Amino acid sequence: MKALHNFLEKNVKPTFEEGGKFEKLWPVYDGFETFLFVPGKTASSGAHIRDGIDLKRTMNTVIMALIPALLFGMWNVGYQHYIALGMDATFMQEFLFGAIKVLPMVVVSYGVGLGVEFLFCVVKGHQINEGYLVTGMLIPLIMPVDLPLWMLGLSAAFAVVIGKEVFGGTGMNIFNPALIARAFAFFAYPAYMSGDSVWINTSVSEGQSVVDGFSGATILGELATTGSTSYSAMQAFIGTIPGSVGETSVIMILIGAGLLIFTGIGSWRIMLSALAGGAAMGLIFNAVAPYAITEVQQQFMAVPFWEQLIVGGFAFGIVFMATDPVTGARTNTGKWIYGFLIGFLAIMIRVFNPAYPEGVMLAILFMNTMAPLVDHYVLQANIKRRQKRTLKTAEG
Amino acid sequence: MSDVKKIKRGVDIKLVGEADKEFAPDKSVKTIAIKPVDFNGVRFKPVVKEGDEVKAGTPLLYHKDSEQVKFCSTVSGEVAQVVRGAKRRLLEIRVIADENIDYEDFGAADPNTLDREDIVEKMTASGCWPFLKQRPYNVVADPEKTPKAIFISGFDSAPLAPDMSLLMEGLEKEFQAGINALKKLTDGKIHLGLSARETPSPVLANAEGVTITKYDGPHPAGVVGVQIAQVDPINRGETVWTVNPEHVAIIGRLFLEGKFDARIRVAVTGSEVKDRKYHNTIIGAPVANFVKGNMTEGKNRIISGNVLTGTKLDDEGYLSIYERQITVIPEGDEPELFGWLLPKTDKFSISRTLPSWIQRKFGDKKYELDTNTHGERRAFVVSGEYEQVFPFDIYPVQLLKAVITQDIERMENLGIYEVVEEDMALCEVVCTSKMPVQSILREGLDMMRKELG
Repeated sequence: MKALHNFLEKNVKPTFEEGGKFEKLWPVYDGFETFLFVPGKTASSGAHIRDGIDLKRTMNTVIMALIPALLFGMWNVGYQHYIALGMDATFMQEFLFGAIKVLPMVVVSYGVGLGVEFLFCVVKGHQINEGYLVTGMLIPLIMPVDLPLWMLGLSAAFAVVIGKEVFGGTGMNIFNPALIARAFAFFAYPAYMSGDSVWINTSVSEGQSVVDGFSGATILGELATTGSTSYSAMQAFIGTIPGSVGETSVIMILIGAGLLIFTGIGSWRIMLSALAGGAAMGLIFNAVAPYAITEVQQQFMAVPFWEQLIVGGFAFGIVFMATDPVTGARTNTGKWIYGFLIGFLAIMIRVFNPAYPEGVMLAILFMNTMAPLVDHYVLQANIKRRQKRTLKTAEG
Repeated sequence: MSDVKKIKRGVDIKLVGEADKEFAPDKSVKTIAIKPVDFNGVRFKPVVKEGDEVKAGTPLLYHKDSEQVKFCSTVSGEVAQVVRGAKRRLLEIRVIADENIDYEDFGAADPNTLDREDIVEKMTASGCWPFLKQRPYNVVADPEKTPKAIFISGFDSAPLAPDMSLLMEGLEKEFQAGINALKKLTDGKIHLGLSARETPSPVLANAEGVTITKYDGPHPAGVVGVQIAQVDPINRGETVWTVNPEHVAIIGRLFLEGKFDARIRVAVTGSEVKDRKYHNTIIGAPVANFVKGNMTEGKNRIISGNVLTGTKLDDEGYLSIYERQITVIPEGDEPELFGWLLPKTDKFSISRTLPSWIQRKFGDKKYELDTNTHGERRAFVVSGEYEQVFPFDIYPVQLLKAVITQDIERMENLGIYEVVEEDMALCEVVCTSKMPVQSILREGLDMMRKELG
């Protein structure tokens, strides 16, 4: 360890420092060095001891929480593929097929995103932030498997530049960058982001063909067009259904949620209140279902509220996207309101507007916009309380 | 019966290196230093020069904006050095101590028979006045003002904090005399906070003329600011004074014996101290008295005070006036390979991202923490973190952001009057983004004071 550090200090570092050959690339070097070594920096003012956590560890915890969903997603891609082709395959075959499809997405997402991030840091001369470590993992998980890689890369670049860097980097952004990537792809390439043909890879080699009657639609797609679905609630819960790579398995997402809540990294307040919000909207729909105009809508609204919560990207969204501390509400009271409205709006959008079956993405982006307002009113309440107290003592 | 207030938010960081509950043999104090940097909000004017003879209670400095407030020598002897730093900033005035201390005579008097003016006069002239700190802003109290109350925290909940019973043992008369004097300074109450978890110091618990409130909870329950917020929060336009119990005893001695007798007791603590004991000493004593030859090998940090709010000293440094503790912990200036990734057990965290929480939760894990920041400074990212250790009805991150954006009105609205640096020290410890919370807050307090006076 020590030898490696000494080698870096002596032979590598000087070329990146002021006056060195690669002076301009200092942020890149610094990024790598601090990735390898936590600096020996000591507290110089204020408290002399500090918590062992830093942003790298925080982000790393979120990535660990995403791993179950990622692995399941890889397998499910293969599983769905072989079902569509009507072929028998072993678990390993399914997993490998999926891995071959999904890993390039992860690589492209990280490669492009970090590349753009490094570029920005070099141009602006500031340190590289850890934020993209999570974003880079989220992006492939919320995209359909058949999305061309160049579109994925473009979305990642868009997310970093417009979603984050224009605001000043991690901690300053208004919208969740991963959702910005998805929204970008969704509106720029709707044919690749929605419909029935993108969720399952149906590439065939010689002698293979897609089975008769294959639809490839997601549960939400089916519900929006026919009012019923061919998948059981159990399948939706386990995740053996078509959908974006990482969003299908509620079980795996719950494992991730457990880790986030347990470590204290993810806000249980937001997750719980979003669940409550979704359930509330679901119940309202259940109650008013008979009054809907079309029969399809009547059936869609009549879907039991708890089933609404386990289909589509709802679970993934509220666990991994809504809990982004930068773009969400920052006050504890605000988090309850913020989460509830996300759940509420997500279910509302998906049912009312079948053109946007992924209501949770729009709901979170909308609430990202509203989060500062929510916090503003929470703070105002605090300020009023303080002013009242001042008045009371002034009078009494 | 005293009221018990429950403090829910906060955390006790248990460190290795508590002091044994016994006193080390007395060591004579050869020099002392009074450090202007210990006092906030004071513009100093030195009144002595090198070579002057002084007694204990002879003014070394005075307060330019409030000339009656004097900062006095705690021993008799010869002024050795007036140490100045960059831009001629006054850093220390050192006095070489005589073998036996000669005291200035300020005349003994029963505070009950004196009026407020006489008490202020006695305290300001003798060097006892700067023990009184004023909130908002955490500055030396202004004798022109009458505070709505005076608060004394009768226990210390900081890591490795000394036991107040030992610090105050045998000082019944002095403490009571001090309280009697303080009573004349305010129209309101004298609040004394005691711990509901430990047996409080009998000297404090039996004091008369004070309103006792007990506090049950983790640190910062013993921080006086937390107690003020629980009992009688500071509103706009109000002032509150705070003072430490050991200083009340010094004030008491002034009235009982007519002299500025600044003897105190300190605990020498921390994982890197070999012989951890309590010491009888004098305010301003050199830190070498306690740690020279008494530390383990290697790079250490000597702190005057506790690990949360104390100031860093070199081994030539002097004990700060408001401190009752010296802590020595290892410096952590070594880089650590994959330090952000490995599940280490030797780091403290309020999150459960490190396995040490298991030992903390289910065992009685004591940490040997060093001064490494364990990461670099970042923008605010994580939310809800400070709130776990900040028992005030204040939004801490939003308040700091108001300071950073220099928004005076917002700082005021969000409650800056109610807090000082030590109240937010734990926020600084737990911060993922490694924000210098205490210095940001200090900036805000200075800004407010400059704008609003």
